[in-house]
Amino acid sequence: MIKINNSGPIDRVLFYILVPAFLINLYLIFVWSPVEKVMGDVQKIFYFHVGSAWVAFLAFCVVGFYSVLTLIKPKMERFIYAGISAEIGVLFTTLALLTGMIWGRASWNTWWTWEPRLITTLILWFIYVAYLFVRKMEGSWEKIAKLSSVFGIIGVINVPIVFMATRWWNTKLHPVVFGEGKDQTGGGMEPEMLATMFFSIFTITVLYVFLLRKGAQIEKMREVIKKAKTNIINKIAS
Amino acid sequence: MITILTDALTIAAKDLRNEFKTKQTFSMMAIFAVLVILVFSFAFDPTNNAVKAVIPGLVWVITIFAGILGLNRSFTSELENDCLTGLRSGPIDATSIYLGKVLANFTIVTLVQIISIPVLFILFNYRFTGSYFWFILILFAGTLGFIIVGTFLSALSANAKNSEMLLPVLLLPLLSPLMIAAVQAMRAALENENLENAVSWLQLMSAYDLLFFAACLLLFEFIMEGS
Repeated sequence: MIKINNSGPIDRVLFYILVPAFLINLYLIFVWSPVEKVMGDVQKIFYFHVGSAWVAFLAFCVVGFYSVLTLIKPKMERFIYAGISAEIGVLFTTLALLTGMIWGRASWNTWWTWEPRLITTLILWFIYVAYLFVRKMEGSWEKIAKLSSVFGIIGVINVPIVFMATRWWNTKLHPVVFGEGKDQTGGGMEPEMLATMFFSIFTITVLYVFLLRKGAQIEKMREVIKKAKTNIINKIAS
Repeated sequence: MITILTDALTIAAKDLRNEFKTKQTFSMMAIFAVLVILVFSFAFDPTNNAVKAVIPGLVWVITIFAGILGLNRSFTSELENDCLTGLRSGPIDATSIYLGKVLANFTIVTLVQIISIPVLFILFNYRFTGSYFWFILILFAGTLGFIIVGTFLSALSANAKNSEMLLPVLLLPLLSPLMIAAVQAMRAALENENLENAVSWLQLMSAYDLLFFAACLLLFEFIMEGS
């Protein structure tokens, strides 16, 4: 039987951290942190961009982690967590790609460039979507849990290789144009900007954890209802 | 260990005998590869000299497109009459099923390449000046990696009803690093310049092959249990 803790104390704590953190984060981004000299206000999107990109990769690591656990011992809860993490991962990967594109258009004057980080993120998005397709197969959940975990593990192995290959590809053909860091300042970021960035990453990570827990609860409720439904149908039929 | 290999050879021989009897998959793949070349000759004017730049990529495009056709059949053909259940319940290791399928698929795709790549060179009027040794080595490493991952995912997607649609969606993102390396290495080998470049890409390809071969070998059991 699956346990549902509807309003667990952890969730409540997370929620009470999340709301003020988001307000403070918005204040930090739009009021407190200095405006970038060259790019101006456009640079503000950077704080959301870095946060979502970080969560995109974190969510994928979580998928890999729960996939390994599911293979070791299949449990409904682990299977659900892997799936919800992948769904949130798709969301944040899309956000990272879109904000990156908007920012790239403003600062590099191009929507898209074949740069290692961009290609890796795009391929990450495709692997996430493929993973969700595997989960949409019909069949018993034990079977889908095994197949999707196997694919999740293979996908996690693939991501660092993609990054290495694309990085190698670009540096061999033409020099890296945009400098080492995506922030384009290397190590010379203003301390206020750096603080805002870290706070923004923290807030979005809390949001991810909160969404993960809520999503898993909803999924568990769905399973309970499904079981109750089949029970009732069996009773009526007999 | 040796029994695993002999079992794998038996399964590969079974698949290949089956294929040589009907020749259906093989001929379809070869025809499809040539058709892809035909479509590309409409897309890029073959009389244009600049087209030489796309030849290394085209070699891999036809390999993958034709290969996916064959991989689709590799495990779904075993679903008829519950042959897969028979294979699973037989006194053989799951890894030998995988190895056997890899061997059979690799042989078929290599045969398709033997036909389609000369056709590509002839239709695009390409004069081969590179070294044969490196060309064949790169072709071997790239095709092997493609088949290793492809066979594994073919077994995975055979469980779905829409396996023909699922396989490319699963396979292509995973192949992307291999394809970057393969196209770059092939370009260096065909243009016969800076072979060091080709060697370093070849190293990346062999690392990919080994890593995924180990991972697929270990994880294949779970797919067989799951299906």
